[in-house]
This record gives sequence, structure tokens and C-alpha cells, in this order.
Amino acid sequence: MEGQSVEELLAKAERDEADKLQRITVHKELELEFDLGNLLASDRNPPTGLRRGEPPPEAELRALARDNTQLLINQLWQLPTERVEEALVARLPEPTTRLPREKPVPRPRPLTRWQQFARLKGIRPKKKTNLVWDEVSGQWRRRWGYQRARDDTKEWLIEVPGSADPLEDQFAKRIQAKKERVAKNELNRLRNLARAHKSRLPSSAGMHPTGHQSKQELGRALQVARVSTASVGRFQERLPKEKAPRGSGKKRKFQPLFGDFAAEKKSQLEMLRLMNSKKPQLDVTRAANKQMREEDQEEAAKRRKMSQKGKRKGGRQGPGGRRKGGPPPSQGGKRKGGLGGKMNSGPPGWGGKRKGGQHQGGKKRK
Amino acid sequence: MDALDRVVKPKTKRAKRFLEKREPKLSENIKNAMLIKGGNANSAVTQVLRDVYALKKPYGVLYKKKNITRPFEDQTSLEFFSKKSDCSLFMFGSHNKKRPNNLVIGRMYDYHVLDMIELGIEKFVSLKDIKNSKCPEGTKPMLIFAGNDFDVTEDYRRLKSLLIDFFRGPTVSNIRLAGLEYVLHFTALNGKIYFRSYKLLLKKSGCRTPRIELEEMGPSLDLVLRRTHLASDDLYKLSMKMPKALKPKKKKNISHDTFGTTYGRIHMQKQDLSKLQTRKMKGLKKRPVERITEDLERKSKRIKKN
Repeated sequence: MEGQSVEELLAKAERDEADKLQRITVHKELELEFDLGNLLASDRNPPTGLRRGEPPPEAELRALARDNTQLLINQLWQLPTERVEEALVARLPEPTTRLPREKPVPRPRPLTRWQQFARLKGIRPKKKTNLVWDEVSGQWRRRWGYQRARDDTKEWLIEVPGSADPLEDQFAKRIQAKKERVAKNELNRLRNLARAHKSRLPSSAGMHPTGHQSKQELGRALQVARVSTASVGRFQERLPKEKAPRGSGKKRKFQPLFGDFAAEKKSQLEMLRLMNSKKPQLDVTRAANKQMREEDQEEAAKRRKMSQKGKRKGGRQGPGGRRKGGPPPSQGGKRKGGLGGKMNSGPPGWGGKRKGGQHQGGKKRK
Repeated sequence: MDALDRVVKPKTKRAKRFLEKREPKLSENIKNAMLIKGGNANSAVTQVLRDVYALKKPYGVLYKKKNITRPFEDQTSLEFFSKKSDCSLFMFGSHNKKRPNNLVIGRMYDYHVLDMIELGIEKFVSLKDIKNSKCPEGTKPMLIFAGNDFDVTEDYRRLKSLLIDFFRGPTVSNIRLAGLEYVLHFTALNGKIYFRSYKLLLKKSGCRTPRIELEEMGPSLDLVLRRTHLASDDLYKLSMKMPKALKPKKKKNISHDTFGTTYGRIHMQKQDLSKLQTRKMKGLKKRPVERITEDLERKSKRIKKN
């Protein structure tokens, strides 16, 4: 008896619960998808009663909307809440729907020259006061800007220093110095900006004609201009003394992926043979060229040193007359008589050695 | 060109703040919408634009004059407007014989048109025509999309994303539960999209969560999909790129099992168990006399060993 009454009580409690929740439960075949961060709900259920072909009545649409909104509100009421100034506030999660941005992601800007230097030296910005006491005017003035504390362009009396020209205008000189400093600051700012944008605008860096472009920038501008025709530079003739552009072809050439199977097999077997062999393979030509290049570099270094020493001692000739970078003996002969004797002694022996060296390899230099 | 913008240094703090507001940031501003009338907009279309402006206030700009442009042919004037007013969403209304009551809704990426979808308005009931109290402007609406058409075709999916982007309002972390006032409901059925907006009435139910009753409030539109101009896949992917700083960080050494228990791993250094600090019982502490005798014993043991 008691057992039955306990069961009855439990059943009744369940029914009460169901009744309570009946007002807010909605039955749907497919669960809705919620994105509470955006207060968004997506109902995937095909709208059943409304599929006739005529426009659905407003009451049906409203009933559907009511059901969906009820489900969304149920979800929202389950979020953690807190009380903020007499209002019940729910904490929303992050929105999960991914939407496109309105502007591109900002890229990190490279450090300016000063920032790099400060980082290297470990300099930290010191906190400075905004106002400084100005003795001259007897008040607190800004450190920089309009009506600043120590503005040397605004002085009414400047003593002419002893070493200066008495007819020089000292006031104008100070104003000129200020203008130069401002221009230098602006130049540095623009250079920092250009460095920041360098990766973004590589093509138009040297293309705008300023008065002072470097030789490489001009060369690059020339190349781009040549290729900017309708036939991509194919029928563009070169100027009389213009040389062919070097390094504009393909940088590396690869074999096609599959083509000549026999050649591929051969090259791979050759590679295996080389790897297995105990003796190191020596390419005589490459070794000889390398040796020659090293020798040339040493000589060039020596020549530079001699020329520096020669310049310092007032333009005296170095031994062997190696001043102007080893001109061919014919050109050396064209020089002045005074130098000619010395010049002739140097190069023949030296040139002979060179020619001998060149024949050693037997092939052109790479 | 924003490189040129930076070359010209702003002379006042206000100008500097203005430029900083418009430059690209990690976490972006709320998207503004611009509502433009075409050269031949009729009264219905104008009223639609005004109603949408009322929904989107204060994050919207309504242009009063007519602009003779065709968005689908030439997008330059739209891009110019977007750059001037810093708006990345737009809605353009026009009317002609071939496309009556036309509405073009679209969004921009980097001041260039990303997506544009043309909708035709078949039936329109304005805010003015429904005579009841409205909710205050600037409220964040709830959005509901019904119908499985919104996931079937790419056009509909983009339309859904565009509508969410347009109507969602500012992203907030907390929301006042009593302030959830209105809901925008989009139903896709038989090739048409029914847009209804309802005001929320919270009624008592037996438990904490209230029962909802809806009252029709705002503009209701019956729309049909016409032309689309969607962004190519790679441009869309580029626009969706999230900066690394905003991606949720994964915590290492934490794992969850199927029952919901969280497991964590802690890495300890090697401990010398003889030097472990245990609880000290004051009663068991050695008295000085006992300590001395212990020392003597130890010393004698050592001497014995040696």
C-alpha cells in the first residue's frame, strides 16, 4: 500500500513538473543550432504545414516564429547570470559564426631606426614632465611645441661669436639650422615609412622619377619600362650602347616531372655510385677556377691596400704600378712617360703568370 | 591609398584619432551600413530604406539624395562612398520596369565590394502601418533563420551570412535579460524569403524561464532572390582570415575524458624524500637532553667505525 502511494507520489510529481514546463517546451524534430554570442538560432526543419505553393498565412509564420523564439529564450535563460545595478545580466559566450572582416589584418610594422638602436642599447623611454620652468619669461612653458621654453630662434639678442664672419646674420643662421633639422626629421620619418611599406610596394619604389635615383633603381625602372609594352617587350630594340640585361632569365631550370625515364634512371644510379664510392670525386676544372678566383681576390685586396697607402702618402705610386686595378698591358702603355717605365716592368711578368694560370684549367671560368 | 594617408601627417589630435579609428585593427569596429537610393527609386523602396535605417541606428547612414549608379555594372561609386563614410555594409534601392522594387544588399572588404545580392520586394508592410509601440533604437535584435533552404545552395548560405552581418549589431559580452526586446525572423520557403520582425512579450510561466508571446512590430518584407555577385573563394577566404592573436589559445597539459572529468598534468622536479617537510607534532619534539645524548651516541659510533 505504502509502496503504491510512494510510486503514485513520484508519478504525480513528474506530472506536475511536466505541466510546469509545458508552457515553455516546444517539440521540434531537428534541434535548432544556436549561436548565443550573436543571439542567433537556425532552424533546419523544413516548414511542414506551409509547403503548398501559396504564400503562408501570417498566423502560421507567427506561430513558427514564436516556437523558435521560445527555444532561443530557453537557451539564453540558462546562461550564467549576475546582478549588475539591479538588473539581471547574462554573460554571453563568444560568437561562433565566422563572418568576414571589413578590413585586412594589420601586419606588424618593422621597427624604426631609433627603436632598433634603443633596443640594442637597452634604452628605455624616460618619463618627462610636460612643463619646464623658463627663466627668461618667468613662467612654466611646454617642453616642445608652440611657445616652448627654450626656443633659440626667438631670442632678441645673439652675441656674435669671435670666429664668425661679422657680416653674417646670426638670426637667419639659427632659423636656417632649425629648418634643416625639421627637414631631416621629415626625411627620416619618410624613410621609416618607406621601410615599413617596402614589402607592400616593391614595384613602384624606384619608378617615380626623382632627381636622385641610384644606378640600380634606374636600371630596374628601365627594365620594367621595356617590358611594359603590349607585346611584353619582344619587339623593343636596345639603344646603341645598351648591354643585355643580366640575370633576367629563369633562375633555375628543373627537369619535367616525368618524361625521360631512361635518363632519370641513369642519373639516379650515377648518384648512388658516387655515394657508394670511397674515393672523393675531384672536378679538376672547378678546383682550378676556385683557386684562380681566390688568388684574384687576394690581389684585389692587396691593390686596394696599396692604393689607400698611396693616397695617404700623397699620390705616390705603389710598387709595380698596380694602382688602377690591373689594366691590360696595352692600356698601361698609353699612360704618361714617367709612369710608363715602371708600368712596363710590372705587368709583363705578372700578365705572363696570369696567362699561364688561365691555360691550366683549359676551360672558361664559370 | 593609406600609404599616402600616412605620408600626410595629421596636424591635430582630432585628425589623428579620426585616422586611427579608420585604420585596420586586430579587433574591428562595428560595421556601419549605408543606405542609398538609386536614380529611379519609388516610394515603397524609399520607405524600406528608411525602416531599415531605423533598425540600424546609430550604425547607419541614410543618404537623402538619389544617386544614379548601377551597382552590378559599376562598383566604383559605391566604393568611393564606402571609403568616404567608412561603411562596409550597404543597401541600394531602385525601381524599373524590368526589376521592380529592387533592393541590393552587400558588404565590402578593404573598401572593395565583396558580396552583393539583389532581392525583389514583393510585399511590404512598413513600421508606420503597424500601430503599436516600438522598441528603442540601438537594441540588439535576436535573429532566427527557419527553413532548410538556407544551407542548401551557396547563394542562400551567403545571403544568410550577409543578413547576420547586416542586422546583428554590436558584439557584447553581457546582455540584460529584460532588454531582449525584438526578434527578426527569416523564413525561406518556396524560393521566397519572408522577413518578419516581432516585439517580445515575456509572460509568466511556472518556472524561471518566461513564456514568449510575439507581437508584430516592424517592417515585414516578402523577398525573392534575383541576381547575385559573390566573391571568389580565395577573396572570401582572405576576408575570413583571423589574426593569430585572436584565435583561442589552447591550454597544454589539460585533457577531458568522456564523462566530463578534466585531467591535468603537473610536472615536478625530483624530490629528496628524506628532506620532506611534514607536519610537526610539538609533543614529539626532541628535548635538548635527549638530543645531546643522541649526538654522543652518533659520535661514539663513528669513532668505533674508524
